[in-house]
Parts: sequence; structure tokens; C-alpha cells
Amino acid sequence: MNGETSRKSRIPWQHLIVDVERVRRTMQLGLKSLWLHRLRSLLTGLGIVFGVCSVIAMLAIGEGLSYEAQEQIRRMGSNNIIIRSVKPPEDRSSSAERTRVIEYGLTYADVERIKLTIPTVEVVIPSRIIRSDVWNGTNRIDCDIIGTVPSYPEMRNHHVAMGRFFTEEELEENLNVCVLGDGMAEKLFPLDSPLDGIVRIEGDYYKVIGTMEPESERSSMGSPDSNPAAAGPARNATGAPYEMYIPLTAAKSRFGEMLVQRSSGSFSAERVELHEVTIKVGQIDDVVETWHIIADLLTANHKKTDYEIIVPLDLLRQAERTKRIFNIVLGAIAAISLLVGGIGIMNIMLATVTERTREIGIRRALGAKRKDIVLQFLIETVLLSASGGLIGVALGLAIPFFITQFAELQTKVTLWSPLLAFSISAMVGVVFGIYPAMRAANMDPVEALRHE
Amino acid sequence: MDSPIARVDNVRKQYLMGTVMVEALRGLSVDFYAGEYITIMGPSGCGKSTLLNILGCLDRPTSGQYVLGGEDVSTLDDDQLSTIRGTRIGFVFQSYNLIQQLNVLENIEVPLYYQGRPQHESRAIARQLARRVGLDDRMEHKPFELSGGQQQRVAVARALANDPLIILADEPTGNLDSTSGSDILGVFDELNRQGKTLIMVTHSDEVSERAGRVIRLRDGRVERDERRN
Ligand SMILES: Nc1ncnc2c1ncn2[C@@H]1O[C@H](COP(=O)(O)OP(=O)(O)O)[C@@H](O)[C@H]1O
Ligand SMILES: [Mg+2]
Repeated sequence: MNGETSRKSRIPWQHLIVDVERVRRTMQLGLKSLWLHRLRSLLTGLGIVFGVCSVIAMLAIGEGLSYEAQEQIRRMGSNNIIIRSVKPPEDRSSSAERTRVIEYGLTYADVERIKLTIPTVEVVIPSRIIRSDVWNGTNRIDCDIIGTVPSYPEMRNHHVAMGRFFTEEELEENLNVCVLGDGMAEKLFPLDSPLDGIVRIEGDYYKVIGTMEPESERSSMGSPDSNPAAAGPARNATGAPYEMYIPLTAAKSRFGEMLVQRSSGSFSAERVELHEVTIKVGQIDDVVETWHIIADLLTANHKKTDYEIIVPLDLLRQAERTKRIFNIVLGAIAAISLLVGGIGIMNIMLATVTERTREIGIRRALGAKRKDIVLQFLIETVLLSASGGLIGVALGLAIPFFITQFAELQTKVTLWSPLLAFSISAMVGVVFGIYPAMRAANMDPVEALRHE
Repeated sequence: MDSPIARVDNVRKQYLMGTVMVEALRGLSVDFYAGEYITIMGPSGCGKSTLLNILGCLDRPTSGQYVLGGEDVSTLDDDQLSTIRGTRIGFVFQSYNLIQQLNVLENIEVPLYYQGRPQHESRAIARQLARRVGLDDRMEHKPFELSGGQQQRVAVARALANDPLIILADEPTGNLDSTSGSDILGVFDELNRQGKTLIMVTHSDEVSERAGRVIRLRDGRVERDERRN
């Protein structure tokens, strides 16, 4: 009785095992016959190899670029609007003057107006950026000194590594305290902790109260050029310029608003009240509207366009749009290359079927059903296209790796892209293999046996 | 006498060549009995191969009836005919028709494979059959490494794989020199002695003398059907 039930329950299992077994043996057969014509198989599969490989590689590069861009934008804060002073193009008539003062950029009045008239604005952070040498004894760094307010790090998603940022009290009391940007502590205080150390800028001394974590955003988003004529400040290990943060009040009183610079023999001076204003909008939905109001407000109060407005959210949307277009183009290229690869495979499989007409006749005479013949040629085609896909995936993963290694370009391989590329290449085998396989199966056995 | 193992009744086979109708078989009737050794003879183009193809379920008659092992196969569909070819028929062709990329054992296994026999079983059967036709030392060889006679012996072994009801051979010695030819005929004699039913097309009177029954065709009909002793 026990044996009876166990035999019954084994029947569907056995059926399944036979089928899996048959597919396995047919695959073995297919591999054998592909291996027999290995050069032809290789050449036939190349279309798929290159298609898959280029799509994965391009996708990885595209993802890498847009990931980097989006990270940078996100770090600027998607609720933020950043306004920067930009030196307007000089008039031709005045360029003859050897020395003059150019006055431009954002003002404290702008900040007040924005604060008072736009209710959606939550925080406004003004900052000044002055380029200068910072000294500790004989150690010197050429850096950007950023005069700002205590909420700056939080607003810019830029975090304190050691110690702390300065407080409202220190800002109000106009104290000479400073926070060192990434990489500066090692340069200025190579032996001991920078905290409570003293640095000198021109004639003034500042107490170090903290250091910042690395930040890469400014490097490629273009820092506001306080010194457009000269090369930018020295750069740290991450490639970002050295930066130091001091209270805005200190920056104003110690450096004044006049910046004198030398450029190719002539002196010129610039007067800029504020270099950068970061505005935080309370609700993300209000960002675009607030941006337009600010733009109108600035247009009304500035004679020239001596500022630029950067809206990270807008940049993010643009980046997403660009990426979408990139992906569509890539998808089209992928589709075309897989189509071409698939047609190549179909072409060869049709030739193979004709070439093996006799074999088909023999198999049919020995008991092969039509579906056995279909299975045989379909599996062979899928093996061909899938191995092409596999090689393509391997190359497609290797290329971004080498690009990252040697071109220092960030690449990002998403998990789905090799999986998708591989399954599509297998699908190509099914789609383009079905017709040759059907043709093989529908041959008349007698005719096929007579074929030379 | 027993009921026939295969019965062909008023079978016609027509081919359309362009606009001309060619009649290969014109109402042919013949019965075959278990254990017989039959040769089919006749001038070229008289319909011998056509008859053999119908007997082997490779082709279907245009009209008439074909009953194999008590079953009317003229009404079966393609899949059912394939199964019958795989289980009840063993083919031996003039040009051996081995699959070139498979070795001796693998060639013998092909009919077993299509009947879903697991590999360890079919491998054992193939070895045994290879030994039976005297190819013990050639089992791993590919067809191109064998002589014509050896290749035809592989084909005979393959025809025996599924222990068929009838073995059909279309001029099996036609491509062979006389030594290998008589070799193969020796194998057939032995098979017939063991009780296999053989139907063989041949041009040679010498060959047909070995058979117990000779059927002569002319223009798609049986001209003469003679039994010896
Ligand atoms: N597929 C076909 N198409 C057209 N005519 C055919 C076909 N097969 C055989 N025939 C014709 O049928 C006749 C019998 O052929 P066959 O059976 O091959 O003769 P044989 O006795 O020589 O084996 C011949 O006239 C031949 O031309
Ligand atoms: Mg013939």
C-alpha cells in the first residue's frame, strides 16, 4: 500500500525529469555543433557581443556621469536657490582706463529684500569669498576664505569633521574664529591637532575651532570666481580648492569690500558686497515659483545682470531629462544592434539548416518529431546568441572598469543592465531562431534524405 | 498462416512534377509476414523506394491502406508517424546516412534518444549493438574514420536499437565492394535467423537468392511474388 502511493506520486516527477534531461542533451548537442564550426559561431555571435557590450559600457558611463552630477546637485540641496555674483562684461569705452573700481554683485540690500518680501523663503545665507594666503608659522596655503553664517554647513549638506562650526554669538561678536576646509589641517598643522591653533591671514589672527569633511561639489559646479583674472586657489587631495570659513562679520570688517588685484601689469579693483547667497525654500513645491520671484526682484534692482541664479532642483530635473533622452537613444542603439545581430544569426542558421538537411532527414527517419527538430535548432540559436550576450556582458563590465581605472571617469554598473542585456540576447536567439527551426522541422523527411 | 505484420492494400502514390502527374505506385497490394526475409526487385524507377518509404512511414500513400502491426497507419498524423518510425521501423540506407559529427555509439543511440531513453540505458544498448555488428574497437570513432562496410554496420546497429518490427533496407550493399557487401548480408542473414523481419530492395540476383521471398515490381505494381522452399 505504501509502495503503491509512492509510485503514483513519482509519475509527474519522472515526466519532468525526462524533459529537463532532453533539453540538457539537446544543449550538449547544440554546443557540440557550434564548437564544430567555432570560427563561424564566433563571427556570427560578434554582432550580439558588440551590441550588448557597447550598451552595457555606455549605460555604465552614462549612469556614472549622471550619478555624479545628481550627487553634486543633491549636495547643493534641492530646496536651495543659490545666487552668485558675476562680474558683468566690461564696456569697451572704459577699458582704456588703467585703474578703476568696478562695482557689481549682490548686496546686503538684496538679502534684506528677499528675506522680507518672499514668504516662502525660510533661511537666507549670505557669504563673501576672498582669496588669500593663510599662514601658520612658515606653513602657507593659498585658499578661498568664505565669510558666512552658522547655518552654512547644514544648508549646504557639508559637515563638520572635527570640533564645531561657529555660533550666532561668535558671528554677532565679530570674533576671529575659523573652520578649516578639507586638507588644510594637514598642511597648516602637520604635527599636532589644528583645534585651538592660531592661523594668520595678512595681519589678523584667527583661532581654529573646527575642520570640515571633504566636499566635491564646488570643484565641478564652478566656484564663484572672486578672482577671475588669476588662476584659482590651490587644490586639495579631492581636487577641490582649499577653503576656510570665518564669520561673515569678520570677513566684512577685516577685509572690507574692496578687492585689489593685479592682472597683466594693470591694477584694477572690485567692490563686491556679497559673493554668494544661499536661499532655502521651506517647501520643495515652492522652489520654482520662489526662483521666478527672486529673478524678478533682482532684475528690478540691478542695472546689469551681475549675478547668476543656480537652482539645484531645476538642474536635477534637467539632468534627469538629459538622462532620460540618453537612455532612449541608447535603447534605440541597443535595439538596432541587437536587430542586426539577430538578423546575422538568422542568416547563418538558415544556411546551417540547409547545410544539415540530410541530418534533419536522418533524425526524422529515426523517430524525431517536428518539435524535436524545432527544439534542436532553437536551442542551438539561443546558445549562440546567449553566449554572444555573455561575452558581451563580460566585455561590457570590463570596459567601464578600465575606464574608471585609467580615465578617472566615474562609471556605475547597475545590476539590471547586464541581466537585461543577457536575457534580451537570449530572447533574440528565440525570435530569430524560430523561423530557421520551423523551416527545418517542416522539411519533408523523404526530400531531406535525398538531399546532397 | 498468421495475420500479416504489414499489409499494403491497393496503394497509389502520385507525384506532381510541374504539371505532369507521375504515378509511382498504381494500386499495389502485398502482405508481409513476421520473420520473412523479402527482397524487392525491379527496374529503376518502378517504385521500389517509394514503396519502402511508405512501409517505413516516411511517406504516405495518395490512396489505399497501409496496416502495420494491426494498426491502420494511413490515417495517423505526423507525430504519430514519427513515433512509429522510431519504435517499429529500422532503416538501412544505401548511403549509410550516419550523422557525421556523432561517433559510432552516439549514432546508434539516436533512435533511443528520441524515445526518451535515459542516457545510461541507451549507452549500454549501443555498446551491445556495436559489439553485435563487430565494431567493438571502433565505438568512439566518427563515421569518416570508418570504411563503407563499417559505416553500414553502424547503420544496421542503429536500425536495431529500438528492437523494431521490420527492418527496411534500400539497396544496402549498393555502395559497397563485394567483400563488405557480403559482410552486411551475413549480418542480415543472422538477424533473420534470429527472427527479424527484413525487407530489402536490391538489384542483384545474387543478393536476392539469400531471401526466402522475392517480389518483382514493374510500373508501380507487383509483377511477380515468389517464395522459395
Ligand atoms: N519526390 C518525387 N517527386 C516526383 N517524382 C518522384 C518522386 N519520387 C519518386 N518519383 C518518381 O516515382 C517513380 C518511382 O521512383 P522510385 O520509387 O524512387 O523508383 P526506384 O524503384 O528506382 O526506387 C519514378 O518515376 C520517380 O521519378
Ligand atoms: Mg530507389
